[in-house]
Amino acid sequence: MLNKKGWGTMIPSKQTLEEIMNLAATHFKVPRERLAPDDDFFKTLGIDSLQALDLLTRLENHFHIELPDYELQGVSDFRTLAERIQSRM
Amino acid sequence: MESFRGQALSWELKDGVVELALHRAPCNEIGSLTLEELEKFVHALDGFREEAHALIIYSDIKAGFCAGADLRELYLRSQELERTEAARGVRDYLERIHRVLNAIDASPLTTIAAVHGVTFGGGFELALVCDLIIADRMARFCFPELRLGLIPGFGGIPRLKRDLGNAVVRDLLLTGRSFNATKAQQVGLVSQVAAEGEALRVARATAAQLGKFDRRTAVAAKKFIKPIPYEELRREIELFCELFAQPAVEAGLRRFVESEDAQPYLP
Repeated sequence: MLNKKGWGTMIPSKQTLEEIMNLAATHFKVPRERLAPDDDFFKTLGIDSLQALDLLTRLENHFHIELPDYELQGVSDFRTLAERIQSRM
Repeated sequence: MESFRGQALSWELKDGVVELALHRAPCNEIGSLTLEELEKFVHALDGFREEAHALIIYSDIKAGFCAGADLRELYLRSQELERTEAARGVRDYLERIHRVLNAIDASPLTTIAAVHGVTFGGGFELALVCDLIIADRMARFCFPELRLGLIPGFGGIPRLKRDLGNAVVRDLLLTGRSFNATKAQQVGLVSQVAAEGEALRVARATAAQLGKFDRRTAVAAKKFIKPIPYEELRREIELFCELFAQPAVEAGLRRFVESEDAQPYLP
């Protein structure tokens, strides 16, 4: 089943979400407890689009997946990011 | 000139290896200043053929190897000029950058691009003129030009077609998506992937190995293996200039320049 944006309604596993937030917290030196699944990661991590690209590369390397950057257009929260990643695993 | 320290780049000859370092903030965008210094470099490169066996091109900027053409400069200059004059300026710029890149492509030295981070557009094209690309595992390659209503203009398509299968070229070009270093190695674009921060060290080790071979043989082998697609490169300039005249390009460049993001590389 597709949602309004044409994406499948895949629910990300708790583990995927945790791994993403752990990786982001470690790399961008933000306390892990300050990150929540529905946070705007641009704001919480204080990153620009170039650093978001860096995060994408780290996530691709970590999960051994390929995630085209156009799939991240408009994605700014960890939960949706986890959905996109999960759909490639 | 064995060494040079410019505003956008520097070079040095040491132990038979020429190292060209890019260091223009924010991410080595190639505008008129970089082009002038690259022209100086190519002039000097001819004099290295007796003393050097290898060239390494790398970036001293943390964000990446090179984010491509300086689109802000391109947009602002084209706004200052009449349409025909701006078109002439773009053609002149392309002719000059093609001369520089063709000279590096045809250099008798064995050339290595040691890349990390953003390797986009013209930066990707600069890496593609080199014989080998050694990539940091955090490198990303992309041709975002279609987002602006353009095609790559520094020889990217003919050189990609020379090196890779057409399906991969279409993927990179028509989707505008970026490849990470692992993917780039899988498709045959990158020869070696290094750990984070290690690409230059790996490139230096490779350059040292190349120094063990007979130079005349290495030069002959390179000439035999790596033809330069001059005819297609000419056609690329013509197509780029034709597309540049479209109103969509001006709108795309304006969107880029007016973006509030400090580095608006994502679509």
